Formats: sequence, C-alpha cells, structure tokens
Amino acid sequence: MQTFGQQLINGLSLGSIYALLALGYTMVYGIIKLINFAHGDIYMLGAFWGYYVINQLHFNFIWAMLSAIVFCAILGVIIEYFAYRPLRHSPRITALITAIGVSFLLENGMTYLFTANTRSFPQVIKTVTYHLGGLRISNIQLLILGTACLLMLLLELIIKRTKMGRAMRAVSVDPEAAQLVGINLNHTISFTFALGSAMAGAAGVLIGLYYNSIDPLMGMTPGIKAFVAAVIGGIGSVPGASVGGFLIGLLETGVQAIGLSAYKDAVVYFVLIVILLVLPAGIFGKKTKEKV
Amino acid sequence: MKANFKYNIFWLAVMIIGFVAIDACEFLGIINAFIENMLVTIGINIILATGLNLIIGFSGQFSLGHAGFMAIGAYATGIMTQTIATPLGFYLSMVVGIVIAMIAALIVGIPTLRLRGDYLAIATMGAAEIIRILINNLKITNGAAGLFNIPPLVTWATVYVLMCLTTIVTVNFIHSRNGRAIMSVREDEIAAEAMGINPTRWKLAAFVFGAGTAAIGGSLHAAYIQTIAPGDFNIMASIAILIIVVLGGVGSITGTFVAAIVLGALDTILQNFGTLRMIIYSLALILIMIFKPSGLLGNWELSFKRLGTHQRKEQSIHE
Amino acid sequence: MSSPLLTAQQIVKNFGGLTAVANVSVHFDQNELIGLIGPNGAGKTTLFNLLTGVTPVTSGAISLYTDQGVQSLNGKRPAEIAQAGLSRTFQNIRLFKELSVLDNVRIAMTNHYQEGFLASIFRVPKFYRTEADMTLAAQKLLAIFDLTSVADQPAKNLPYGIQRRLEIVRALATKPKLLFLDEPAAGMNPEETADLTRLIRQVQHDFHITIVLIEHDMSLVMNVVERLYVLEHGALLAEGTPNEIQHNPAVIKAYLGDEA
Repeated sequence: MQTFGQQLINGLSLGSIYALLALGYTMVYGIIKLINFAHGDIYMLGAFWGYYVINQLHFNFIWAMLSAIVFCAILGVIIEYFAYRPLRHSPRITALITAIGVSFLLENGMTYLFTANTRSFPQVIKTVTYHLGGLRISNIQLLILGTACLLMLLLELIIKRTKMGRAMRAVSVDPEAAQLVGINLNHTISFTFALGSAMAGAAGVLIGLYYNSIDPLMGMTPGIKAFVAAVIGGIGSVPGASVGGFLIGLLETGVQAIGLSAYKDAVVYFVLIVILLVLPAGIFGKKTKEKV
Repeated sequence: MKANFKYNIFWLAVMIIGFVAIDACEFLGIINAFIENMLVTIGINIILATGLNLIIGFSGQFSLGHAGFMAIGAYATGIMTQTIATPLGFYLSMVVGIVIAMIAALIVGIPTLRLRGDYLAIATMGAAEIIRILINNLKITNGAAGLFNIPPLVTWATVYVLMCLTTIVTVNFIHSRNGRAIMSVREDEIAAEAMGINPTRWKLAAFVFGAGTAAIGGSLHAAYIQTIAPGDFNIMASIAILIIVVLGGVGSITGTFVAAIVLGALDTILQNFGTLRMIIYSLALILIMIFKPSGLLGNWELSFKRLGTHQRKEQSIHE
Repeated sequence: MSSPLLTAQQIVKNFGGLTAVANVSVHFDQNELIGLIGPNGAGKTTLFNLLTGVTPVTSGAISLYTDQGVQSLNGKRPAEIAQAGLSRTFQNIRLFKELSVLDNVRIAMTNHYQEGFLASIFRVPKFYRTEADMTLAAQKLLAIFDLTSVADQPAKNLPYGIQRRLEIVRALATKPKLLFLDEPAAGMNPEETADLTRLIRQVQHDFHITIVLIEHDMSLVMNVVERLYVLEHGALLAEGTPNEIQHNPAVIKAYLGDEA
C-alpha cells in the first residue's frame, strides 16, 4: 500500500509534465490538424532558458518560470509564422514533415551552440523531502503538481471564458465559418501556438528542477510520449490531454515499480493501441461518422 | 501485348545501363569505399521508401512504423547468417525475414487499419516501437548491444539487383487490378465498398506488401553494414523513410527515387560540415517543403508508355 | 405478377432516440423500375443505406432472392452486399476523383476477374490477358454510354452531368441485379434530365435489372417508374402506380400541406 502511494505521487508528478506538453499538442492539432513535432523541442528550449536566466541573470524560480513562459510563447508564434503559415493550404503530410524539419533544426541548432553535453540545472529551490505516513514527497514534486494544475485551470478559463478562447473553439470546429463571423484566423492560430508553447516552457523549467539535468535532445522522447497522451485523451480535447498525460505518467511509474522498466515504453504503446481499438478517437474524442 | 513488351525492354535497358555505368566507375576507380557506401544506402532507402510510398501514397494509409518491419528483416539476416554464412544462407534469411515481417504486419494491421489518419500513424508507430523494444530485450538479438560481425554477404551489385526487383514488383502491383482496388479505397472508402471492394482486405494487402519490402531493405542493411542495433530502427528511422516519400512526392515512385538520391548525395556532401550538417539538412527540408509542398515531383511518374503515346499523338497532329 | 428480387420486412432504424425508418416493408421485383419519393428528411437515403448495408438495421429482415434460393442480407458488410448483386450511386457523387474514367469502371469489375497475385506482380502472359479482357469490357460499357472520348480523363475533370452518368456506369460494371439511384437528376438542367430519363430506360431494357430510384423531379419519376413508394417521417405513406399516387389524398396532403 505504501509503495503504491509512493508510486502514485511519482506518477502524478511525471504525469503533470506530460499533461502540460500534451495540452500544446492537442490545442495545435485541434485548430490546424497538425502534429507539431517541434513541440517537445520548445520544452527543451524552455528548460535551457531557465538554465540561462537562473545562472547568468540570477533570477529566482518564479521569474525564471514566468520569463520562460513568455519566451516560449513568442518562439511558438515565430515558428508558426515562418514554418507553418505558408503551408496552411498544403497537404497535411507536408506540414508534418516541415514540423519534423523544425524539430531537427532546434535540436541541432542547440547542439551546435551548446554542445550535446548534459548540463545540471541550477537548483534554485532547495529540495525538502516531507514524510507523510511513510510516504516521501518532495517540495519539488508538490511544486510541479501545483503549478501544472494551476496552469491547466488557467488554460481552461482562457478557453471557456475569454473572447480569444471562444475564437479558438470556433476555428477548431469550422475555420471557414469562423472567418465569416469575423474571427481573425491568423491571430487565433498565433494565440493557440503561444498558449501551447507557454505550457511547454513551464514544463521545461519544472522538469529541469525535477530531474536536475538538461540537454538539447531532452525534448524528443517526452514529446512523443506527450503526443501519445494527447491521442489517448482524444486529440483536440483539452481535458483529454490532461487525463492522458496523467495516465501515461502513472502507467510508466507503475510498470517501473513492478520491475519491468525495460518494457516501460512498450506497455505505454500497447495501452495506446488497445485504447484506440476500443475508442478510435481516444477517451474524450468525438467519433465522427461520414454522411453518405 | 507487343507494345507492352517494347516498354518492358526499354526499362530493362535502363536498368542494365545503370548497372554497367556503376560497374565501369568501380573498375575505373572513380567509386571509392565512401561513394559505394552512399550508393548502397541510396539503394536500400529506395527499397524502403518505395514500400512506404505504396502504403501512404497509393493506399492512403498513414504508417509511421516502417522501421519496425525493416528491423525484422535485419535481425533475421543478422541471426541466421551467423550460423549459415553463405549467400544461400543470406537469401534464406531474407525470405524468413519477409515472412515474419508480413505476419507481423498482419497482426498489427488487422486491428489498427480500421483507424483513420493520424490515429493510424500513431498506432503503427507504437507497434514499431513495441517490436524494437522486444528486440532490445531478447537474448537471441543480443539486446541493446545488437549484433556485430554479420558476414558480408552483400555487395553493391546485390543491392542494385534487389532494388530493381522490388521496384518492378511494387510498380507491377500498383498497375494491376490489385493496385486499382487499393487506390479506390484511398479515393473514397464508402464508394469502394459499394462497388464490392473490401476496404480492410485491400488496405491490409498494401500494408503487408510494404512490410515485406521493408524486410528486404533490412536484410540488405544488416549484411552490408555488418552491425545492427535496436537503436537503428527507432522512430527517427521510420521518419527518415517518411521524409524520402514526402520529399519525392506522395504517390510518385519516380519521386521516391529522386528524393532518395538527392538526400543521399546531400548527406555525403554535408559530411564535411561537421555539426553544421544537420542544421543545413533541416533547413533544406523546411525550405523544400515550403516551396514544393507536394514534393519534388508531385505525383508525376516517368513512363515510356506515355512518352510513346505522346509522340504518336504529335505525329498524327502533324500528318 | 413477377417474382420478387429483394424484400425488406418491417425494418426499423433508430439513431439514438430518433426513429429514422419505422417499420417499413418494401419489395422490389425482377426487372422492375420503382420510384421512392417523399419530402426531405423522410428517410429515403437512410432506407438505401440500410438496404446496401452502409448502416445496419435496428430490426427487420432484408432478403435477396437468387437462383440459389433466398439469402438474408442482414448483418452483411456493404462489400458483401455489393458482391451479392446490389449496386448504387450516391446523392453527392462519390467517384474515385483522381483516377481515370476507365479506372473508375475497371475498379468496379475487380471481383469479376482473378489473375492471381503472383501473375500480376511478375507479369506472366495471363496477367496481360486478364487485363486486356477487363479493359475491353470496361471500354464496351463506356461506349454504350458515350463516354469513350473521356476514358483517360481523371473523373474530377468531368462536367457534373457526365459525372452522374459515370457513376451509373460504374455501378453497372459490378454486374448488379438491383441498382439503387440516389437522386440522379439532382442539379441537372431539363435537357440533362431528359437525357437521364432515356438513359435509365435504356439501362433497364439492355441490362435486365431492377432499378430503384430516389428522385425529387416528379416529371422524371412519373415518366419512367412502374410503381412508387412514398415515405414520410420514416414511415411508408403509400404504394402504387404513378397514377394512383398522383390521386392519393394522403400523398397530396403530405406534399402540399393541409390547405390542398
């Protein structure tokens, strides 16, 4: 029971990182039907930004996090403007390859500038481990969970309560009709990229604190896992992405805990396939049937 | 019938000329080990990408798991030729690889090919990762370390001949009753079904066929490079094949050839650029996609038959 | 009284809480030309979809009468039903757009030829023979319907009326016993409709098949069909010859409202 509780805490911490990343995937996919392969690399850049501002400019955690959010949001908008906007009316597979190209560019650009070496992330917050009835939980874990939940709540409010959020939802249902009622398509898409990338930036700083190490290729695997999480949750669905993220985090730690860490990823993919076979559009996805 | 024979002779001539040209260059010493390596890589990539183009371009199913089937072929050869280190052993291992890859494709395809678009892509990617992780943890495959000292049973000539053979077989498959049924499912699944075409069956046919050719590519890779490890067949490997298909033009086999050659040559030229290499490569990729969104050749296909009829039409106009 | 070809007994289709087709029984006989009319949303296309297996029935029995006896079509996939001899066209034309007109027709013949997988990938003479047979059969069909000149064009390049015609030719290429036409005159001008009327008569005469037709164009329907079913709100309102239907008070009321 104790180990179970312990794994639950670890799984939720990891899961909240996946959830933050998955939100970016799901929002972008919902709005322009693009698997933004470079999303994991935005998260890497967020971590590097945090590393830089803490080390060089001696920012504290809050400022590092907020500045990383702003930096990544701007970066997301720039990438969309230069790489994806020219391809909005091209075949979707073309946009996907471009996204892969952007991902390669960010990874290799960073390797070129900062070498492929792993760096240790400055520990701006001293790790304190609390013991609660035999369970160990660190302040960093609480911070990750808390921040992630806060950001998700904020995102939900933006999407549900603001004018821009309404525009986002309108565009994801029908871009043409949204334009007809006066919604600016370009602004809405830019805003979506900004929001998604901001979440990734926050996740990057959090993971730096949690794992204490960063490198230019760190975004690759979590990026793919987060995408899987978004698909499991039902791509395009915001609550789905959160649920999918936590599910994968829990699954991974669970499989590791029972001594099958070598098969950790295989189990994740197996669960993915099984879920898709039962629910072809994910947990919260809407099944669309073509009209004949 | 006679006309068909003529066009087949044309193609045969092109293939023989290609072979003789490479052979002459080898003989004259123009091709060093480095360039030969490039040519072989291009050849293997053509085999892999042609099969994937059949799946993506012609059956319209988005598969992201091609490297998984390649791995099966590579490991079949890697394992079997260590005990039977003869050319016969190699071909035997290739056949075994093809059969296992096709069975794996059936197991993966029957449930997942019901999924659409990106959901299918992600499911096939997951399936390929499962294959890789199994290889990573099995004893017979020597785990994460992989296999070394695989007997060098393959020369550039073997790769060339097999490249021609798989291309011929794939193109013949596409230009037949089978290929048309497969394309009809891509065009409109509901209409195809109303015409008596079982969509699952034909999607599966393309998927399994593609998996078989991927295994051939894998076998050749193992026997030529002589070293394989599970990491060679990860998601990035599947993506590399996908890039060739999209860059050349989804639905154009000619485009696949062009893209494989262009990328192979680019890779070789960029070797001297060190770490800048991948930056230039990724920029080139982004720019080509932005300026040529449907790939280098779109869905254009080189055809002697069309050239022939075109000329005849022009003649009749002039007469 | 000719012998029946397809019967549907008390079929019901519910979508969630909505009943789209309620307890409808119809029968289509050999070599008959039947019309299916009704106001928008009456469930006509849904009935076609149920009979061709695109959507499964909630309850009821669909039976096909063949030389080998009665065959139940319940629970069969659309492809199996098509192979059993039911073919159709679609309300919003569904051609294989990127493929040539000839290929559209040859694809519909897929199940009638069998050259074998190995023969096709290694191009043995048998492959060329089968391919030539198939092409010849398709060309014959195209010639009958005056489509020879566009045989090599991609289907998407054809004018609207010709696309509708090609869809009928493609459906015929499956060698059906029963052909469902879903609003074949939709969007056509009077001249094209007149052509279509001739075409439908010709098809029934030359191919000896049963044709069921959904149509809003009353001049077309009353002109060609021998018998009519009228649907309203998913239920069968009336059945009879065009003359009977035209004078049926319930039908007049459904079409013109209470004032009539």
